[in-house]
Amino acid sequence: MKICVLVKEVPDAAVEKRIDPSTGRLDRSGEKNLNPYDTHAIEAAMQLREGGAVEVDEIVAVTMGPESAVRALHKAVSLGADRSLHLTDPVLAGSDVAATGYALSRALQKEQPDLVLLGQQSDDGECYTIGAVVADHLKMPSLTQVIKMDVQDGGLRCERQAEYGYDTVQVSLPAVISVGDAINEPRYPSLKAIMGARKKPLETVAVGDVGIEASEVGEEGSRVQCGDFHEPEAKPPGQIIEDEDTDETVEKIVAWLEERKLI
Amino acid sequence: MADILTYVLHYEGEFNKNSLGAVSEGAARASEIGGECHAVVVGGDDLTDELCQSLGAYGATKVFRAEGPEGLAQPVIDVMAKVIDENGQSYALFGGGLLGFEIGAGLAARKRAGVTMEVINVRAEDGKLVAERPILQDSKISVSRYQGDLGIIIGRINAFETVSRDGGAAEVIDVDVEYSEWSNQAKMVQRGEQRGADVDIEGADILVAGGRGLGKPEGFELAEALAAAFGGNSAVAATRAVVDAGWYPYAAQIGQTGKTVAPKLYLAAGISGAIQHKVGMQSSENIVAINKDANAPIFEFSDLGIVGDLNKILPKLTEAIKAKKGG
Repeated sequence: MKICVLVKEVPDAAVEKRIDPSTGRLDRSGEKNLNPYDTHAIEAAMQLREGGAVEVDEIVAVTMGPESAVRALHKAVSLGADRSLHLTDPVLAGSDVAATGYALSRALQKEQPDLVLLGQQSDDGECYTIGAVVADHLKMPSLTQVIKMDVQDGGLRCERQAEYGYDTVQVSLPAVISVGDAINEPRYPSLKAIMGARKKPLETVAVGDVGIEASEVGEEGSRVQCGDFHEPEAKPPGQIIEDEDTDETVEKIVAWLEERKLI
Repeated sequence: MADILTYVLHYEGEFNKNSLGAVSEGAARASEIGGECHAVVVGGDDLTDELCQSLGAYGATKVFRAEGPEGLAQPVIDVMAKVIDENGQSYALFGGGLLGFEIGAGLAARKRAGVTMEVINVRAEDGKLVAERPILQDSKISVSRYQGDLGIIIGRINAFETVSRDGGAAEVIDVDVEYSEWSNQAKMVQRGEQRGADVDIEGADILVAGGRGLGKPEGFELAEALAAAFGGNSAVAATRAVVDAGWYPYAAQIGQTGKTVAPKLYLAAGISGAIQHKVGMQSSENIVAINKDANAPIFEFSDLGIVGDLNKILPKLTEAIKAKKGG
């Protein structure tokens, strides 16, 4: 079985995110990291490999993004991927969700995976949607927000929380599965794996190499334009207490509650 | 003509509240852009003529009904794509929820359409719909405008209010769909399994909610003791992360795919305040948050925030409230 894991570079959670006023896009400069949700997807691939229920020949990390996105691939490889594929091209800049999913699906077609895994959301765009876009282009069954995944009956038995409780769904392969953070606890990479990550094969491709129609991606190929960024109506900030003396803190909380007749 | 097509989810013969919100919103916006609101339903025998017609009460004029599997996104993508091909609706609108995200995104791929998710407001502008979406942890609002024949709008949970109007019965139209091969490759084995005890949190006046910050399943004992100290109509709630981890029952879960609550007091213990949680409790009258991370997003929408160790604070707070109640 060949598994492709879609990964993404996102601004580090510690860095304040902002919109670049000149382009209207997320300012992606500053410290970058591998999307934390994607580490769960890599871990899920590793557990399939180590679980023994199915022979995993290869785990390939795939990303789309500028040159700097290589760091996310290195991190993915240090966590267990065997090699990586970097889709990068200036014409891809400004792609919306639909265009990004289309471009990724073309890169994946080149790899012909039996399973595509990804994190259910990214730390920057918070969208649950890329998996479903990719799946429709690849003509594969798909499920998002999966929190348990076992090999069964030649496919995957997946569990997730949906509108009315927990659903169990049997999915045939090949498939596109996005995982939630409850699925596993990602391992920490060893120092050796971190050092070795740069030596693992990394292939870089541009839109022409994987048959992406340039008119369908980037700002030109995107059917939704985002703009008019503005501040939401903000609720006045609440009172903050730093707990130094807990007895005193508790007294303050109780007084606050009493004032509002909550006790 | 600019009609809006919505998807209406149902379970055991009842429509989903967020879906009915989407129909209400669709009907209101369609009237502003000179169109109608239509609905798609996919399922089995429980989708009776009477049930489908009842969507007229929320403003749907036509209901496209297809026989197919329930609770999965890809068959619905097939149905909606066919309905749009044959009827030319200009927008597809979804209430909050997991299936809406999956269907909306898949439809965007199929129809090469623009899609916006987590939308909290839709308005008409020059005969077209514009969608407003909070971004960057709700610190900014981004406005989406669509190009092409179809625009897809996926609402945030509870974004659209359910409004009954005096509409008559909706016209029910059966749609015969040949499902894509891959739509048949995911099969529901079990749907709607309830895990853990059945608890009632929606009727509580005071909720003590626990998250990962409680550290371990036993951490909920602190939350339960505090709720008991408040006495009366109080209960304990939980975040999705701890419910998925098996620390607390599903019935106690707040937020996206869980319950929406608005108690008099919501006391969040060890909850960071992710958007998925916020959407389920932000209407609470008073929000108190205890978290050791001063940068936790929950402090941005709490009325009283305490930065500290809940293992120290909760037991003492429980004792203090007991003393007040006793005195």
